[in-house]
Amino acid sequence: MPSLVTLKTPIAALGREVLVFTRDLGRVFLFFARGFLLIFQPPFQFDKIRQHIFFIGMKSVFVICLTAGFTGMVLGLQGYYALVKYGSTAALGSAVALSLVREMGPVLTAIMVIARAGSAMAAEIGIMRISEQIDALKTMDINPLRYLISPRIAAALVSFPLLTAIFDVVGLFGGYLSGSALLGVNPAFYFSRAQSSVETSDIIGGFIKAIVFAVVTVTICCYQGYYTHTRAEFGAKGVSISTTSAVVISCVLVLVTDYVLTTFLL
Amino acid sequence: MAGSPLIQLQDVVKILGVNRVLDGINLSIHRGEITAIIGKSGSGKSVLLKHIIGLFEPDGGSILFEGRTTSAMSAPERRALKRKFSYVFQDTALFDFLTVLDNVALPLVERRGAVPAEIVRRVREKLNQLDLHDVDNKYPSQLSGGMKKRVALARALVTDPEIVLFDEPTTGLDPIRKNAVHSMISDYQRRFGFTGVVVSHEIPDIFFIAQRVAMIDEGRIRFEGTPEDIQRASDREVRNFIEGLESPRDDLTGIASQSIGQQHLRQEMSRLQRHQIPFSIVLMSMDNLEDIDRIAGHMASQTVFKLFADHVIQNSYVADTCFRYAINKIMVVLPDTNEAQARSFCLKISRTMRHSALFDPLDRVRDVCYSVNAGVVQAQPDSGLEDLIAAAEKGQAILYECPK
Repeated sequence: MPSLVTLKTPIAALGREVLVFTRDLGRVFLFFARGFLLIFQPPFQFDKIRQHIFFIGMKSVFVICLTAGFTGMVLGLQGYYALVKYGSTAALGSAVALSLVREMGPVLTAIMVIARAGSAMAAEIGIMRISEQIDALKTMDINPLRYLISPRIAAALVSFPLLTAIFDVVGLFGGYLSGSALLGVNPAFYFSRAQSSVETSDIIGGFIKAIVFAVVTVTICCYQGYYTHTRAEFGAKGVSISTTSAVVISCVLVLVTDYVLTTFLL
Repeated sequence: MAGSPLIQLQDVVKILGVNRVLDGINLSIHRGEITAIIGKSGSGKSVLLKHIIGLFEPDGGSILFEGRTTSAMSAPERRALKRKFSYVFQDTALFDFLTVLDNVALPLVERRGAVPAEIVRRVREKLNQLDLHDVDNKYPSQLSGGMKKRVALARALVTDPEIVLFDEPTTGLDPIRKNAVHSMISDYQRRFGFTGVVVSHEIPDIFFIAQRVAMIDEGRIRFEGTPEDIQRASDREVRNFIEGLESPRDDLTGIASQSIGQQHLRQEMSRLQRHQIPFSIVLMSMDNLEDIDRIAGHMASQTVFKLFADHVIQNSYVADTCFRYAINKIMVVLPDTNEAQARSFCLKISRTMRHSALFDPLDRVRDVCYSVNAGVVQAQPDSGLEDLIAAAEKGQAILYECPK
């Protein structure tokens, strides 16, 4: 009965896709959970965590400052022209500060770190996989998850909130530069409105986002690299695809989780 | 081959993609023995090795360690088991983000309880043994292929493992280093009694150090036995494979390979039996190569052996056949020669050795002394080749001893 088969095929395909998706989701979660728990297995890998904080955090500071500065300036500019119509340019400080602390800070920090460190993580781990270095760790009875993934997770959890904080502060001064220094909003108003409108809950919300983005980014990027060998493409091609999908998937997921988190946090 | 096997593979099947890479492998690996696995490229040798260490799980069949199935072991048991193993990867698999020193130290660093100074001492010792000097702070990408290979060996041996799996440990090394690696494997086995599994293309050199040889073909064990067995095997596939890979000359010394030598020996025997043309054999062995290994390193001992072979070649005639009989033995087949003439041949060698400086590679170590023993036998038409060789082994006397 060909008609029944024709009917069944798309349903079967859908079912298969759902199964594959669910399985992958479970794998990603277990990957993170194992990596996270192994952070606490003694002896602690302080030295390795420090090295990764330097790589993910310290080396991203410049690019984060640059992005934050210009983002703040654009917010100042756009905000000024929107507010000037209503004659309430004094509210510029709160507009800039709230958008930075609640949204722009965590999201743009995550995206910049994905571009700089996430891609590097995926490529590095991917190359280790294809050159059998991960197998070599296993033969030495070294848990590759503990050795490679745990320090990166720990480092991301430390770095993301700190980078977000830097982003917020630098962004605020960027807004001051365009709003007050160039367009003439009273600096006292700008800063006092910024201070009075931002509440502790906003700051905490921003940090929660930063921590969730850290988890999403580091898990996806490491996972993509770690399972490079399961792809249909081998060798350098496999690593390049892993890196690309690490960046694309984690960027998209950051934006999706941002929306979900915002609905809860508001 | 007493006792039950240490590792046993029973009907191991592995399917990768659409290929049945292993198709019912049955293999026993015995404690304290070196097992060589030979076979064509892509016949599944590396996959087999990875099953032994647990990087691959079999799709069918089982792997037993000391009679217990590994898949039935608990996680701590498997970890304890894994610690007994070491693995030398074909493409070295060195950590490219770590220096040579850190690479070799890693297995010790990650095993808790080692003192940093002790770790560095052990790592340096291993690196020196493998002739790796002044490379501590270099990264793997700054080393040549041969050096990387030796760093990988150092990393595998630094933990003094009980079982070492070598995936083509000598591919890409020059003859002296290749022989040095072989002599090191063999020396380690003698000293620490480790069990080795070596995937190798080095035929016939690997036969000198292996106690057992298994040939794998199309996912199955085509042949299993001693090196002598496989060289006498009548199976066409096995013969073709061995003869195809075997070079007529020994890489290190330039003298004939063992199979050529054995062939000449058989020819001489039949000439003797048919036409009563006498011939003699001289079996010379350097028995204290191991001492040189220990004092001056494996490279030095191999170089000395090569120089010794040069002396033998210089003193032999075109019709004589010199061949490498074992890792430290050279046999000379002297046609048309009786025992007295063979003895004078030996005297000639001992004279030239006394008058030349054989010690060049040992200059830096003064108290190294080495000796050569020789056994001379004239063949008798009614005795077999094995008896002849046994008589030569038995009748060995000191041919040369360096002045004390």
